[in-house]
Amino acid sequence: MALEKDPLNLIITGVGGQGNVLASQVVAWAAIREGLYVTVGETYGASQRGGAVMSHLRLSAESQYSAWIPEGQADIVVGLEPVEALRVIAEFGNPKTRVIVNPRPIYPIGVLSGEAKYPPVEEILGKLGELVDRVEVVEATEAGETVLVANMVMVGALAGSGLVPITIASFEEAIAEIIAPKDLQSNLQAFKKGMEAITKG
Amino acid sequence: MSILKIDEPGRSVLLMGNEAIARGAIEAGVDFCAAYPGTPSSEILESLARVAQDLGLYAEWSTNEMVSLEAAAAASLSGLRAIVAMKQNGLNVCSDFLMTVNLTGTRGGFVLVACDDPTATSSTNEQDSRNFARFADMPLLEPATFQEAKDMTKWAFELSERLRLPCMIRSVSRLSHGRGNVKLGEIPKMRRMARFEGAYVSAMFVPMLHSALHQKLEEAQKEFEESEFNWYVGPEKATLIIITSGSGWFYSREAVKTLGLEDEVGILKLGTTWPLPERFIVHHLKHTPQVLIVEEIDPFLEQNIKVLLAEEAKSLGAIDVYGAKSGHLPSVGSINQDKVAGALASIKGLEYRPRDEEYARRAMELALSYLPPRMLTFCAGCPHRASLWAIKAALKLDGRNGFVTGDIGCYSLGVGPGGYWQLKTLHCMGAGLGLATGFGQLKQFAFDQPVIAVAGDSTFFHACIPALINARFNNSNVLLVVLDNGGTAMTGFQPHPGSGTDALGRPAPVVEIEEVCQAIGVEVWVRDPFDLDESIEDLYEMLQRDGVKVMVFRRRCSLIEAREKERQKVFVRPEKCIGDDCGCARFCSRVFNCPGIIWDAEAGKAKIDEVVCTGCGVCVALCPQGAIVVEGG
Repeated sequence: MALEKDPLNLIITGVGGQGNVLASQVVAWAAIREGLYVTVGETYGASQRGGAVMSHLRLSAESQYSAWIPEGQADIVVGLEPVEALRVIAEFGNPKTRVIVNPRPIYPIGVLSGEAKYPPVEEILGKLGELVDRVEVVEATEAGETVLVANMVMVGALAGSGLVPITIASFEEAIAEIIAPKDLQSNLQAFKKGMEAITKG
Repeated sequence: MSILKIDEPGRSVLLMGNEAIARGAIEAGVDFCAAYPGTPSSEILESLARVAQDLGLYAEWSTNEMVSLEAAAAASLSGLRAIVAMKQNGLNVCSDFLMTVNLTGTRGGFVLVACDDPTATSSTNEQDSRNFARFADMPLLEPATFQEAKDMTKWAFELSERLRLPCMIRSVSRLSHGRGNVKLGEIPKMRRMARFEGAYVSAMFVPMLHSALHQKLEEAQKEFEESEFNWYVGPEKATLIIITSGSGWFYSREAVKTLGLEDEVGILKLGTTWPLPERFIVHHLKHTPQVLIVEEIDPFLEQNIKVLLAEEAKSLGAIDVYGAKSGHLPSVGSINQDKVAGALASIKGLEYRPRDEEYARRAMELALSYLPPRMLTFCAGCPHRASLWAIKAALKLDGRNGFVTGDIGCYSLGVGPGGYWQLKTLHCMGAGLGLATGFGQLKQFAFDQPVIAVAGDSTFFHACIPALINARFNNSNVLLVVLDNGGTAMTGFQPHPGSGTDALGRPAPVVEIEEVCQAIGVEVWVRDPFDLDESIEDLYEMLQRDGVKVMVFRRRCSLIEAREKERQKVFVRPEKCIGDDCGCARFCSRVFNCPGIIWDAEAGKAKIDEVVCTGCGVCVALCPQGAIVVEGG
C-alpha cells in the first residue's frame, strides 16, 4: 500500500494520566495490522506526574522512521487537552495540519496557584484554527461511560475521521489485543462514540 | 499473552526498544536476568520477568545495580547466559565490580545493557555510558533500530561467550522507549545446566590479566570489521560522509533525504563502536574530503575517529571533521532530524527551513507568551505531597532555618513548586542521607540548622544503609524521613525488599525498614502522612533531639491504590465553601496545590476535578470550613 503522504506524522498529546501512551499503542498496533512501518516515540519521564506528554507516531509504507517528528511536520494532531494541542501545534504544526481536540481543560498547578492564567477554551480553539487547516472538537471527556476512556473516544474520532489509512476493523482488533478484558467493553463503546462524533474527510 | 513469548519466527510485531532487547535475550536463550529499575531501562527486566516462569528463566529485581551485576556474573561463571540492565547512573554504582570482572573474564554469554537518558528527562545527569565501555575495555554495541535492538542483543551473547568477556549494549531513551516494527526470530528450547568449574576467577596477577583483556579486545575488533551491524549507504564517491551510531542513524537518513542530498552524501552507520572497526571505516573514507559525526551526548565517536584519522593521515590525507567540536551539533541533550539537517545544511552552504519562518515565529511566540507552563507535580492523592507539607510545617515551627537534602524518586519533584520547594539538594541514589550525615557533623563549626534527609523506600534499600550506619557510628545529628509508598514508584512500581512480592509477582519475604533501623540502633517512628497534624507534631519533636532519628511516612502510592480499589468520590459542598470570604486564601487549590482541586471562577468556590482526583481524601482535613467531603464518608 502506498500512502498519500509518506511518512504520515501523527502526534497524540495530553497530560500525564489521560492515557496518551495507550491511545498511541492502539493506533500503532492497528497500523501494523495494515502492514505499515510504524514508529512511536514517547515522552515517558513526565507521563504520570501531571506533565505535558506527547506520542509521536510515524506511519510509512516504505521504511522505519525515527521516533521524533521534525519541526512543523505533524500532519495530524490529536489533543486530549486543548492547551497541550496548541503547544504541540506551536512546535510541530503547519498550515496543512489537521487537529482533533478534546476541549476539556486540565489545569496546571501554576494556574491553580495563581501564577499563570489558563486562556478561555474558545480562544484556544480560535488560535488553533488560525494556525492549522481544520480543527474538529470532540467532547471526549463527557462521551464515554467514565472519564477514564476519553482517550479511546479520541482514538475513535481519529479512526472515524478517515485521516489515517487504517480500517475500523484493524482499530477494533488492536483495542481487543491491548486492553484488559474487564475494560474492553467500555473502551470499545468509547471508540464507537468517538467515531460517531466526527465528520469524515 | 505477552508478545515476548510469541514463537512465530518471521512475524512482524510492534515492540518497545526495551522489549526488543528483552526479546533478543530470549532468542539467545538467556537464563538469568537481573536489574535495578531506572528510567529508561526498567522495561527490559519487567518484560523478562513477565515471561520468566513460562520460559524457565530466572529474573530478579536486585537491591541495586552492583548486586545485579555480581549476581548475573555468578550465573555467567556457572556457564549460563545472563543479562543485566540499568540506566546510565547504574554503571557508577556497579563500576567497582565491572572494573574487575572485565579482568577475570566470564563464561556464559554476559550482556550489560546501559540505557542513557539524553536531555535527562528522568535523570540527574546526562552521562554517556559509552565511555564506560572504553574505560573497562568492554566491546560496545549501539543499536540504531528496533530490529537491531533485538538482533544485536542476541549477537552480544554469542560474542561475549566467544571472548569470555562482558559485552555492553548502549541504548538511549528514544530507542528504549520508542516502539517500532520487529521481525521475530526463534525461541530456543534448550535449557543449560549451571556448574561452577572451580576455574581461577580472581583479579590477581593483574598485569597479565590486563594484557589478556587487551588481546580479547583485539579479537572483538576483528569480528567488528565484518559485522553486519556496520554499513554504508550512499554514492561511491561522496562529497561528505556522515558517521553515526544509535539514534543518529534515522535522523541522518531523514536529514539527507529532506535536503535532497542522496546523490552526494553517504552515511556510514556503525553498530560496533568500541573498539572501532578501523579497517572498515578507513575503507569507506578513502574518497571523501568531509565527515560529519552524528551521535547522542558525548563526542565519543568523534574523538575516537579523530585519533584514527590522525593515524591514517598518510593514506587518507586531510579530512575535515564536523560535529560537536566544530559546533555543528551539540554535545548535550538529545539530537533530532532538525539538528542533523541544520548541521548538514550549514556545512553544505544550504538553508534548512522546516516551515515558513513567519508561521514558525508566530507559532512559537504563542507557546512562550500565551500558554501556561505545565510544571511537573505530584499526582493527585500522592502521599509525598502530604509528607513534604508536614516537613515544611515542622521546619517552620522549629524556626532554625532547617532544610531538606533530597534523593532520587518521585519525591525529587520536591525541588519544585509541587513539593513546596523543600528539597535543597539533589544528586544521586543515597546522596541525600550521605550529605545529611555530613551537615549533621558541623556543630563545632557553629552550624545550628537542623537537617532532614528524605529517601524513598526503594532508595533506602538501594543506597542508604551504609550512610545510616555511618551516621550512627559517628553520632551525626540527622533526621531521615523515609517516604515509604510500597514500591519503586518512579519507574513503574517495581517491587523491592520491603514490598512482599518478587519480580515475578510471587510472595517474597519482607525486609522491614524499621527493623533495619532498629538493628542499626537508631530510633524509628512510623506515621501515616495523611494524619497531617500528628505528622507535623512528631517531626517537630524529633527535630528537637540530637542524634540519628528515622521517621517512616508510610502510605501506598495513590496510582496503585487507584488501580486496585474503587475510586471514592470526593466533592465540595457548595453551601459550605464560602470562597474568598473564607480567609483561607483558597488554601486547598492554591496553597496545597493538588491538581485535583480546581477553582470554579464563576461560582467563586473550590471544585473537585473528577478527571484528575484519585479520591484519596487528604484535603478533607485541610478545609477550614469542612466543605470537602468524601461521598458516603
